Amino acid sequence: MSELLELNGLRKSFGSNLVLDEISLKFPQGSATVIIGASGSGKSTLMRCINLLEELSDGQILLEGEDISQYGINLDSVRGKIGSVFQAFNLFPHLTVLENITLAPRLVLKKSKEEANQQALALLKRFGLEDKADAYPNLLSGGQQQRVAILRAIATEPKVLLLDEVTSALDPVLIAEVLSLISELKADGITMIISTHEMGFAKRIADRVIFLSGGRINESGTPQEIFENAQSAELKGFLSALHDAGRL
Amino acid sequence: MSYTPSALQLQREEAKRRASRRSTAVALLSTLLVSALLTIIVANAQGAEAVRESFFNWYYAKKAFPRILDGIFLNLRVLLIAEFFVLVFGLSIAIARTTTSPVLYPLRLIATIYTDVFRGMPLLLVLFLVGLGIPGLRLPYVPNSAVFLGTVALILTYSAYVAEVIRAGIEGVNPTQRQAARALGLSQPQTLQHVVLPQAFRNVTPPLLNDLVSLQKDSGLISVLGAVDAIRAAGIETAQSFNFTPYVVAGALFVLLTIPLTRYTDWLIRRQDRAQKAQGAF
Repeated sequence: MSELLELNGLRKSFGSNLVLDEISLKFPQGSATVIIGASGSGKSTLMRCINLLEELSDGQILLEGEDISQYGINLDSVRGKIGSVFQAFNLFPHLTVLENITLAPRLVLKKSKEEANQQALALLKRFGLEDKADAYPNLLSGGQQQRVAILRAIATEPKVLLLDEVTSALDPVLIAEVLSLISELKADGITMIISTHEMGFAKRIADRVIFLSGGRINESGTPQEIFENAQSAELKGFLSALHDAGRL
Repeated sequence: MSYTPSALQLQREEAKRRASRRSTAVALLSTLLVSALLTIIVANAQGAEAVRESFFNWYYAKKAFPRILDGIFLNLRVLLIAEFFVLVFGLSIAIARTTTSPVLYPLRLIATIYTDVFRGMPLLLVLFLVGLGIPGLRLPYVPNSAVFLGTVALILTYSAYVAEVIRAGIEGVNPTQRQAARALGLSQPQTLQHVVLPQAFRNVTPPLLNDLVSLQKDSGLISVLGAVDAIRAAGIETAQSFNFTPYVVAGALFVLLTIPLTRYTDWLIRRQDRAQKAQGAF
């Protein structure tokens, strides 16, 4: 597997508050990386740095060998290559499901309306949402909204898909819908970076699990290594807290 | 699925119906009482007869009507043109004020000064300054007609109000919407056009229409520059007869002119309320 995305010594501070420190990671083509860690450990900030919604304080991000963190780069064209899905869905409420999905393909990839619609409808059909194509987001369940948000992100055919706590606002039944969609995308070979509190899902889908603590990579390894053979005190504490909360 | 409501539910519905019949009756009764009271007070006023003669005289109303109608058509033309330009300029100023690029700083500064000045200055003063000042400049190609200059003054003032309303709408759109659009690779202008502005306009439609209603009635102020609109026409008629009925006629026509838009505004607000309640946001 070739390296698709590479982080070198990435740092991020807000004022004097260092939230990410010395993050160096490689993401091979087609891999699924799950980032776990307590709230405030820097998971979301890391995601927002990768899709350039936050400016780095130090370090470098390489996408297919190109430094996308360099000053003066065209942010729009880079962001188009990195799909992002957020915890709060952020669908556009004034557009139908179909319009939400086709907006970026039409405006960014300059596809014709017919072509964009066809592709979007094919995606919706594949994931059992074709009857919602003309519905507005506020009439959809949370799980449906989040699935549409994921389809919207992959409609631009991004190189990497960032999924930031995409199930945190959902109940267990809806979570299952969303997770099965993500599993299918993984089977398609889409490179994914996922931050989640769903440890069962992390075990199933991850090629590698990264445990963030205090803005640093505390431990990383296969799901077995992380969940069954934790080394550091922080990771052991995190896992036992999850266990006590009934989430492991 | 159909089902038979329980006796309890039927009882509850009957009680609801009774309560609603009672409210209707109370509303009717109080309306009758208030109008009777007002009629008695006004009709028994000492000058009632004289006022009716000089403000509500059918003969003068009929006589002045054609001329005032001509005048109101001028108002209608003025306000349609003014509304168009007010929306265009208001939108441009609002967008200028919400930009962040350092290159556009002078534009932001100008837009800010413009809205400050024209929101603060009484419309009557703007009318005088534009209507009497611009002809004094003797600019080439600029028409000196009262209608043209009056319309310019209306556009200048109302663009400032409308710009502020639209700006409030733009700033009221959740920042996460902008972020989601940028994350999809949309450029700044594309984000503005396809994501931010449609939501901004939806949020501020009622106050925006309110400003347009206000513009409609203020189109009558161009009469101070000598344009023969409905108010001026009524003034001419009054000067001939010393009867004020033509002003009442002009006032009634202005109200008629604004009613469609005010009713539409009310309807829109009610619909938005319902939509929000449907989403559970109170």
